[in-house]
Amino acid sequence: MTRSVRTRRPVRVAALGAAALLALSACSSSDDSDSATSGSSASASAAAAKISGDITVFAAASLKESFTTLGQEFEKAHPGTKVTFSFGGSDSLAASITGGAPADVFASASPKTMKVVTDAQDNADAPATFVRNQLEIATLPGNPDKVASLKDLTNKDLKVVLCDRTVPCGAAAEKALTASRLKLTPVSYEEDVKSALNKVVLKEADAAVVYRTDVKAAGDKVEGVEFPESADAVNDYPIALLKESRNTGTARAFIALVRSAEGQKVLTAAGFLQP
Amino acid sequence: MTFRSPGRADAADTLTGGPRRRRALRGGAPLPLLVPALIGLAFLTLPLVALLIRAPWRSMPDLLTSSEVWQALRLSLVCATAATAVSLVIGVPLAWLLARVDFPGRGVVRALVTLPLVLPPVVGGVALLMALGRNGVVGKWLDTWFGITLPFTTTGVVIAEAFVAMPFLVISVEGTLRAADPRFEEAAATLGASRFTAFRRVTLPLIAPGIAAGAVLAWARALGEFGATITFAGNFPGRTQTMPLAVYLALQNDPESAIALSLVLLAVSVAVLAGLRDRWMTAS
Repeated sequence: MTRSVRTRRPVRVAALGAAALLALSACSSSDDSDSATSGSSASASAAAAKISGDITVFAAASLKESFTTLGQEFEKAHPGTKVTFSFGGSDSLAASITGGAPADVFASASPKTMKVVTDAQDNADAPATFVRNQLEIATLPGNPDKVASLKDLTNKDLKVVLCDRTVPCGAAAEKALTASRLKLTPVSYEEDVKSALNKVVLKEADAAVVYRTDVKAAGDKVEGVEFPESADAVNDYPIALLKESRNTGTARAFIALVRSAEGQKVLTAAGFLQP
Repeated sequence: MTFRSPGRADAADTLTGGPRRRRALRGGAPLPLLVPALIGLAFLTLPLVALLIRAPWRSMPDLLTSSEVWQALRLSLVCATAATAVSLVIGVPLAWLLARVDFPGRGVVRALVTLPLVLPPVVGGVALLMALGRNGVVGKWLDTWFGITLPFTTTGVVIAEAFVAMPFLVISVEGTLRAADPRFEEAAATLGASRFTAFRRVTLPLIAPGIAAGAVLAWARALGEFGATITFAGNFPGRTQTMPLAVYLALQNDPESAIALSLVLLAVSVAVLAGLRDRWMTAS
């Protein structure tokens, strides 16, 4: 695998406006510390003391709301920092990390997708489970089709969307279906959990098997139906610092925030379970 | 430098490097031009060469004979061809309208027709959902009156592909029509042909090469369509999972088969280009 030359991170372009102002007023961009004279040989404790600059966090689509909140809290607590997120299917994030995408932290929705990264030895620290998530059925508001169980979804007249098997929510749904010996033919295997949920939000599908947290995040646009089989497929969410990180002090501080009592409060409020 | 009679621009010319050059530059190319030119050439060809280098040639036969690949390839070919057919049936008359009928607001209409060409495909997919989805502006009535839902169906794939590919055909056919001499049609009219007969018997044969070039372009564009398809039609093997979707999802867990699939699409693209050159290189 030939590594591409490290260019400026494209994600940063999106956050140009605010970031540029911040960088100008702070008179230092993280790129300066990349070529660092100071940070490279510093010990961990010194690095922890120096929390500044930009970090990029690759996180599973289901973490979108809670991590955005945590990112804002982090920037408020440490002026001069900027947390840029890239949310998507855990599998495609893992693939881009092993493909050399410049990221500091990876939070995935399953140990299996994290394993892709650790197998390629692209992680700097051992992954730690920070939350767990359970599946739920998202139906149209008011549940017009009277969906009450996983078995109800096998009804041929219902348009059901699942996540693709390559994505953790799809793998978990498959596990739950296999455990309950049900055969479900969806109309589509979506590329990540948010696009599966949004097909129900847009009323294009009647139901989707997604996470509790997604149902909660969608507010009154969908209605959640719990089903007992979901206990057979609870997902652990691991988080890890990446080898590619050029700002390990700040990245470690962000991981610490996610795992702290304060971070857990935000995550459980979003519907995640404690590890 | 080429000397051409004004107004004889052919859509196929821009594709295939135009008609024969009358004069070539004498002497060597100056360095300030040659260096960036070579960088540009490397930039455009290197990724494709890399694809060939990294291809898992040994396991290729196994990868390509799997039923999923054939399913995706067949679906891609069928849908791209259907989308091209749809584009021909409604696109050629639209091109004729834009080229031959002077109506108020023609410029605006032409801009609107060109819009899907420059629109990000994902945006096209979202727009199609808003219009033709089960809850869409038009789709709602399709569902209530006829029980027709388009998202998540093969028809949905064809619609998504036609939406992004048709502008290619319209623009290319319109360019050919403008370049074609209207006097032939006028002569046909003086001989008593109705406007439709003149179009059918005179105009169509006259612009056939332009239509063919536009159709091939539209077909290639439809074959590669990804964003609008995954947004509007979703992803279901055998029903809506076309080759580009299969490549994208294969890349997540099986990069080798993604490379193999990419090679198939690359081969199809090369074949299209070769076909274009052979047919229209000499026609000018």
